[in-house]
Amino acid sequence: MLVAGVDVGSTQTKAIILNENAGIMARGIVNTGANVVKAAEKAFNEARKSAELEEWDVAYTVGTGYGRYKVLFGDTQITEISCHARGANFLFPKTRTILDIGGQDTKAIRINEKGEVVDFCMNDKCAAGTGRFLAAAADVMGISLDELGDVALQSNNPLRITNVCTVFVETEIMNHLSKGKKGEDILSGVHQSIAGRSVSLMRRVGIDPEITFTGGVSRNKGMVKALQEKLGIPINVNDDSQYIGALGAALFALDRAKARQTDGRRLDSSSGQAKHDGQTAVLKEEAKS
Amino acid sequence: MSTERSLNGKYIAGIDIGTRMTKCAVFDNETCTVVARTTMLTGHNLAASSEKVLAEACKRAGLNASDVFYVASTGYGRYQAPMRRIQITDISCHAMGAKYLFPNTTNILDVGAQNAKAIRIDENGRVAKFRMNDKCASGAGRFLERVAKGLELDLEEIGTLSLRSKDPQPISSICAVLAESEVINLVTSGYPVEDILMGAQLSISDRIVAMLRQVGIEGEVTLTGGITKNVGMVKALEKKIGKHLNVSPDSEYAGAIGACLLVQRRLKKLEQQKTQSTNFAVA
Repeated sequence: MLVAGVDVGSTQTKAIILNENAGIMARGIVNTGANVVKAAEKAFNEARKSAELEEWDVAYTVGTGYGRYKVLFGDTQITEISCHARGANFLFPKTRTILDIGGQDTKAIRINEKGEVVDFCMNDKCAAGTGRFLAAAADVMGISLDELGDVALQSNNPLRITNVCTVFVETEIMNHLSKGKKGEDILSGVHQSIAGRSVSLMRRVGIDPEITFTGGVSRNKGMVKALQEKLGIPINVNDDSQYIGALGAALFALDRAKARQTDGRRLDSSSGQAKHDGQTAVLKEEAKS
Repeated sequence: MSTERSLNGKYIAGIDIGTRMTKCAVFDNETCTVVARTTMLTGHNLAASSEKVLAEACKRAGLNASDVFYVASTGYGRYQAPMRRIQITDISCHAMGAKYLFPNTTNILDVGAQNAKAIRIDENGRVAKFRMNDKCASGAGRFLERVAKGLELDLEEIGTLSLRSKDPQPISSICAVLAESEVINLVTSGYPVEDILMGAQLSISDRIVAMLRQVGIEGEVTLTGGITKNVGMVKALEKKIGKHLNVSPDSEYAGAIGACLLVQRRLKKLEQQKTQSTNFAVA
C-alpha cells in the first residue's frame, strides 16, 4: 500500500510518496506559479513517475499547505501546522520547536513528544522575515536564490539592515551598493535580520530544544548559520527539511489508509487525530482573521 | 557660515529631497509668490540631485544661482544638500506649504513614496499633532508602485485607469510585497485591471485615513506629496474620508514652498531681534 502527501506552498509545491512502512519512495517538487491546481498535479506526478508508479497505486492522498484545497485528487486536507509537526517528529523525534520559513509566511510551532501541536505563532501579514524577503534581496543583488546563502557565508563584517519592510530594504540594499559596500556583507546582514525576526517569533511559543528548521528557506546554509548563532544551539536540518510538510501529510495519509483498511468502508472522521486537526484549523482561522 | 552671508534678498529656494522625487521651489521674498518649480528623480546621489534641481529651477525662473540668497532643505535627504543654509523637518514644511496653498487648512495628509503623514495644524500653521507611518510601505506610494508592477503598468497611468472601475476589488494583503502576488492572482482570476487598481487604492486609503482620524479632522483637509498626481488615489481618499480634499497643481511642492515660507518667517524674526538690540544700544 502506498500513500502520498502534497504540500502546496505559496512558492513551491512538494509531494512525497510513502510505502506502508513509512519509507520514502519518491519526492516531487515544482514551482507553484499561478495555476495552483496544476502545480499540485505536477508535483504528485513528478514523484509518481520517478518511482514508476501509476495513479491507482496510491491508496490515500492528503493535501496540505496554503493551497491544500486545490489538491483536487486528494482524499482529505490537513493544515500545514499539523503536518510540519508530524513530519518533524518523524525525522527528528526529539523535536520540540519547529521553525518553518516558507515563501510567504513564517511559523514557529511547539510540539510535544508525540508530534502533536501544543502552540504556534505565525507571521503571514507581511513579507519581513519570510522567503520573499530573501527573494527581494537576491533580486536587487542580481544573484539567484540558491547562491544567496553561500555568498552571505563569505562575509566577515555583516552590515546592519535597519528597515523591516521588504520594499524599503530593497532601497536600503541599493544605497549600500551605491556606496560600494560588499555584496556578502549586505547579504549577511539580510540573513541576520531574518534570523532575529524568526527567533523572536519562536520566543512567543517558547524555545525548547531540539529545534527543527523546515520550509524552503531551510536549504539556505547562510540562514542555518545565522539562526544557530542567534540561538546559540545547533538546529536540525537535512535534505528532506523542505519536504517535511508533505512528509507529515503522507504520514497522516498512511494512518487514514490503514484505518480504512481495518475499518472497512467507514472513514474515521471521528478519530482523535481528526479532532486535533480540526482544532488546529480553528486556531489558524482565528490567527488569520 | 550663515551669519556671514546676507539676511536680505529677493529669492529664497526650498528643496524637498524625498525618497523618490526631489522637488525645488524658488520663492520671491518680496511678492510672496512661487516663481519656479522643478522636480526630478532623487536617485542615489542626493547631493547631486539637490544641486541639479536647484540649477534647473533657477534656469526656469531666469535667475543666476547667486540671485538666490537663502536655500532651505527638507525631506528625508535634507542633510545631504550641500548648499543649504538651514534644514527643516518635512512636517513643519508641509504644514506651512499647505496653509499657504489653502489658508483654511486644518489637516494635512502628506503621502509620499515611502511614508504617509497625517498632521493637524493651528491657525498659525504650526503643527499641533501628527502621526506617521515610515516603517513599512503598506500605506505609501511604494505600495501602488508594487501593484502597478504586478499589473505591468506605469505608475503615471494607474490613477486615470482606476477611475473606470465599477466594482473595486479590495486587496487583503497589508504588505506591499504580498499585495503584488495577490494582484497577480486577481488578474489570473479574470478581474478587470481598473477594479484591482481602485481596490488597491481604497485599501491604502483605509490605512491613511485611520492615521488622519487619530490626529482629529477639524476643517479643510489638504493633500500634499507625490500621491496628489494620482487622480484615482485622490478620489479613493475622498471616498474614505467622506469629504472634499484640497489639491492644487502645487501640492507636490508643498514641502519645498513651506521651507521657503519658514525661512521668510525666520528672517523676519532675526530682523526684529536686530532692531530691538539696536534700540537697546541707542538707549
